[in-house]
Amino acid sequence: MLDVTDLDAYYGLSHILFGVCLRASRGEVVALLGRNGAGKSTTLKAIMGLVPPARGRVIFRGEDITGRPPHVICRKGIGFVPEDRRIFPDLTVWENLEVGRSAEGNGERRWTAERAFELFPALKELARRRGDSLSGGEQQMLAIARTLMGNPDLLLLDEPSEGLAPLVLRTMAEHILRLKLAGITILLSEQNLHFATRVSDRAYILEKGRIQYEGSMGDLGKSREVLRRYLMV
Amino acid sequence: MALLIVQLLTGLANAMFLFLVASGLSLIFGVTRIVNFAHGSFYMLAAYLASTLVTALPLGPSSFYAAVILAPLGVALLGGLIEVCLLRRIYRAPALYQLLLTFAVVLVIGDAVKFFWGTENRTGPSPPGLSGSVPILGQLFPTYDLAILLLGPLFALVLWWMLHRTRWGILIRAATSDREMVGALGVNQTWLFTGVFVLGTWLAGLAGALQMPRVALTTVMDSTVIVETFVVVVLGGMGSAFGALLGAVLIGVLQAFGILWLPREFHLAIVFILMAAVLILRPWGLLGRPEAETPPPGGAVGLGAGRRLRAPGWVWAGGLLLAVVLPPLLPAYYVWVLVEILALALFAASLQLLVGTGGMLSFGHAAYFGLGAYGAALLMKRAALPMPAAFGVAPLVAAAAALLFGAFCVRLSGVYFAMLTLAFAQIAFAIVHQWYDFTGGDNGILGVWPSASLATPVRYYTLALLATALGLGFLWRVTGSPFGYTLRAARDHPRRCQAIGVNLRAHRLLAFGVAGLCAGLGGAIFAFSKGSVFPDYLSMPMSVQSLVMVLIGGIHALTGASVGAAVYKLLDIVITKYTGYWQAVLGGILACLVVAFPHGLVGFVQARWTRMRTSLG
Repeated sequence: MLDVTDLDAYYGLSHILFGVCLRASRGEVVALLGRNGAGKSTTLKAIMGLVPPARGRVIFRGEDITGRPPHVICRKGIGFVPEDRRIFPDLTVWENLEVGRSAEGNGERRWTAERAFELFPALKELARRRGDSLSGGEQQMLAIARTLMGNPDLLLLDEPSEGLAPLVLRTMAEHILRLKLAGITILLSEQNLHFATRVSDRAYILEKGRIQYEGSMGDLGKSREVLRRYLMV
Repeated sequence: MALLIVQLLTGLANAMFLFLVASGLSLIFGVTRIVNFAHGSFYMLAAYLASTLVTALPLGPSSFYAAVILAPLGVALLGGLIEVCLLRRIYRAPALYQLLLTFAVVLVIGDAVKFFWGTENRTGPSPPGLSGSVPILGQLFPTYDLAILLLGPLFALVLWWMLHRTRWGILIRAATSDREMVGALGVNQTWLFTGVFVLGTWLAGLAGALQMPRVALTTVMDSTVIVETFVVVVLGGMGSAFGALLGAVLIGVLQAFGILWLPREFHLAIVFILMAAVLILRPWGLLGRPEAETPPPGGAVGLGAGRRLRAPGWVWAGGLLLAVVLPPLLPAYYVWVLVEILALALFAASLQLLVGTGGMLSFGHAAYFGLGAYGAALLMKRAALPMPAAFGVAPLVAAAAALLFGAFCVRLSGVYFAMLTLAFAQIAFAIVHQWYDFTGGDNGILGVWPSASLATPVRYYTLALLATALGLGFLWRVTGSPFGYTLRAARDHPRRCQAIGVNLRAHRLLAFGVAGLCAGLGGAIFAFSKGSVFPDYLSMPMSVQSLVMVLIGGIHALTGASVGAAVYKLLDIVITKYTGYWQAVLGGILACLVVAFPHGLVGFVQARWTRMRTSLG
């Protein structure tokens, strides 16, 4: 479904990504692991068109979307949930969802506020609350729900576990698995190995802007050497 | 008591116009992050357009109302055209270029109004059916104002409904806090931006058209209203439509009572004091939000375009030799042109320190140039100082004003800084323009000639050359000092600078003072070469001219400003030979510079030069 080859990206003058290659097949949950500053967020942003790729190709469902503007990429079926959630603070929960709503998308794939509230019942009671009055966990749920409103087939989740309390973390993992069951392909960046292990099928390890490891989540759990070297666990 | 209530109502009626204009500006800024200096020009254009339509439309009495509806639509259409053709190209450019481009539009529209409608003041027709007065508590109150008082809140309600109850309004509010995220959620920003720009322009146009029967239409309407609007949005908070309402009511009422109790020279001062007070307590305005976005590297100005062009030693030596040897051989007229170039070079170089080295977008630098000129003239005429003493003290007057205004300006950065510098410059302009007893108002001050021993062109030229060399040397020294390095560091990475213990405000204020001092010296040189001073020296076009000189020369080099000043003055001489619409030509040049050569002419030549050399060898 997603095929990234030889991706290079810059932030201003600093070179962040060096020839990143990764792929995600339909229905898979793929984890992008690595330490702080390894280039995980930049990879997701480059796929989304928020950071223009300097070199390389991003192919989505056979179509080259490299360097297209974010709104075009979004309409092709890729949804992005940023690391810091970026909830619109002055808008209510319902209005935040409305911004993400897309008229396009076919029958079953079509998300509505009601369907989002079914997935995240906690949000329903907050529908009229302002975005800046939500807790971290509520913001993360809203950020995901808001992106789902665009009917994505591929969801890019940037550090979904960040800043969440252990209990909330468990429900977040369940939410992600439920999205997988709903047929959405997911590429998530993570620093929390435990969380990633629980939700993902496959993993890549990114260090200093390069892919250093690729394999199934089960294999990764067994390779102590790899884990110690790149993730310090 | 009755008088007070009527005065209050008048103030509120004025506030409704300010609200319409300011909410439009605020919406446009919120979404596009562009401070549209041309907003006041659309207001002016709509007023003139409406006054013409009233007489041109064959609809009898109802042609007034048709004009009030049609003129804003026409102006909104023009706004959309300008957004699509010009602004759309520069949303990613540093703020400096965006502001300059909207300034270019101000200049072109200003001259267009003069061309089509002339410079005579016009009065609009009275509105049929609403032309009389109604008694309120025994006082007569214009019926039209009463209608405006009812209409204003209605517009506020409609605007509120649009922003909170329609999808488009929700998108506008979302984009105001995080437009990149709105794009990532699948919204095409291009059309959102155009739509908001058209809506904002329409609001300005509506205010202008509705204002048409109330006030005299003048060609300075644009700058008057834009300054008041800036004050309103700075008060209320940029990007907040309801901040605009609050700010407008505050200013409208304050002005209404100010007229009652204060002499007219102080009308602007009370507004200024209110704004200063708010900025000290809440720099982001009453209902605004503190800016969350971190400025891009290079801030509002952008980083240097690359390698400096370094002139070899013989160019400098030759230039200096020419500057000394040539003038005695030239006819007097050209010597005076050279003096003027010297004054402008100093003026532009002092602005380069602020904008290029300091990354501070001053859009009101002419204030200090003009205050230097007025300082010299007033010290000589009113304080009876001898000419050399007046010449020497005048820059200090400008520096003092720069430190006073700067103390407020340096609390802000980016476009907010630009707006405030412009607002202060306009306030200084208005005071000089209105205070007939002291400054002579728009008659200026005549007979400001150098003392007898300096009165020949060549002698005065020698003085000017020495003073300019002194000023430029001082600026050069400041730029190369540790202080100058700190300014550049603060321009490129304000946060990092603060983290290592640099007091940003103190450094910026000092730079503001130094720039004011040198601009003031330039003003003094200018005043004695012309023999008179006029309020124009402090005006908005003068500030733009200084920016154009800096831009022509290349923004990141001190010497560029002098070259820019010379090129600019020579262009001026050539072009004014052919047309009286110099401002429109200036605006055209500016728009071309910004859209076609965003790195300045020198940057463009540099890039071409480097490419040629690499391809050759």
